[in-house]
Amino acid sequence: MAKIKYIEHNGKEHVIEVQNGLTVMEGAIQNDIPGIDADCGGSMSCATCHVYVKEGWYDKLPKKEMGEDDMLDQAYEPNSKSRLSCQIMVSDDLDGLSVYMPEKQV
Amino acid sequence: MIKTDVVIIGAGPTGLFCAHQLGIIGLKCEIVDNLNKIGGQCIELYPDKPIYDIPAVPECTGEELTNNLIEQIKPFNFNFHLNDRVQELSNKDDNWIVKTTSGKKFQTPNVVIAGGVGSFEPRKFPTKSAEKFDGTTVLYSVKDKTIFKDKSVAIFGGGDSALDWAIELSNSSKVSLIHRRDEFRGAPASVQKIKELSKKNIINLFTKYSIKDVKGSGTLEEMEIKSEEGESKTIKADYVLGFFGLIMQLGPIADWGLNLDKKTIPVNTENFETNKKGIFAIGDICTYPGKLKLILSGFHEGALAARGCFKYARPNEKYRFEFTTASNTIKDRLGVK
Repeated sequence: MAKIKYIEHNGKEHVIEVQNGLTVMEGAIQNDIPGIDADCGGSMSCATCHVYVKEGWYDKLPKKEMGEDDMLDQAYEPNSKSRLSCQIMVSDDLDGLSVYMPEKQV
Repeated sequence: MIKTDVVIIGAGPTGLFCAHQLGIIGLKCEIVDNLNKIGGQCIELYPDKPIYDIPAVPECTGEELTNNLIEQIKPFNFNFHLNDRVQELSNKDDNWIVKTTSGKKFQTPNVVIAGGVGSFEPRKFPTKSAEKFDGTTVLYSVKDKTIFKDKSVAIFGGGDSALDWAIELSNSSKVSLIHRRDEFRGAPASVQKIKELSKKNIINLFTKYSIKDVKGSGTLEEMEIKSEEGESKTIKADYVLGFFGLIMQLGPIADWGLNLDKKTIPVNTENFETNKKGIFAIGDICTYPGKLKLILSGFHEGALAARGCFKYARPNEKYRFEFTTASNTIKDRLGVK
């Protein structure tokens, strides 16, 4: 279980306890957090669950697997702190993680 | 005006199997899809990715699944209208008048929306200033490459479309290629070629840059790009091409007066009809308690929606349930003995 802070583009914060084994994307979708669309349902095919990981946390996350950066090329305004939230698996180590949502997903 | 029993919007697996079911029960349909090929997400997003949960098919790719579905509906000779999008639905007596972007018109008692998560459209530049040049000098696909001859063209993206066009246009245009990172996802041979052309100064390569602004009064003159550190550069450009892949947009479906739940359409689970009579929704685009976004669920939904269509297409006939193994009528329709 990890407490994850989802921060909307307008600054509104949602702190959610997400079960281990779910992804950061699923934590958002199951709790109706606005700002993450996840059109493809987590198959790394759409780049609509794009988030910016808070400074300090980015390097602590498991590294991107092949293909994630290719998908991020197609995200809205990606930067060096960008991740697809469907590829971040939640574990106890992620307790306190903050992610920022982009202005929009498409 | 094309008269038919059913118009299916979307040629993905769900739409294709629904067409099959319509053919089996003796109805005609026309299939519209805004992609230029049949197969929907299976073809556009993951043609090579194996799928493991199609009943009785232990493993197949999106492309194989699509090809098999096409094969399965061949006996019915249904028409496909590709590269076209249903724009407008209007009610006329007991029929729907369906209009597409290319100007085609259908008259039908039934519309089956099998639109996935909407239609695929090119992802556009995030910069507001790019909008006023959209379609003239800021483009997301190439229709006529001769317009770029002897011009300065700025190409954005790191995939095959961006690389292929950069290579191709570098023969007769001054090409700049801009990508947000050092790595490209295009074919290794193309990446190699780009690097060679860049070394010879035939292509100006800017990696770790993204678009900041496009400038020009009336016509496009130059564009500004920025690095993540905030450093800006200005490059001359008569044309800007963006290749950022496709996104899925609900598009005109949102304007048809259907109940919507976020980007999905609520339906009943008896025949997958929406709140509008004769309009059905199946596959990823529909929602109901317990909905699973699986291809096999889409097949089931298509089979039931097809029976729902029968009621409106043949109001004076009673639908009779038959098995393909036993029914001679169905065997005739399939052209088998």
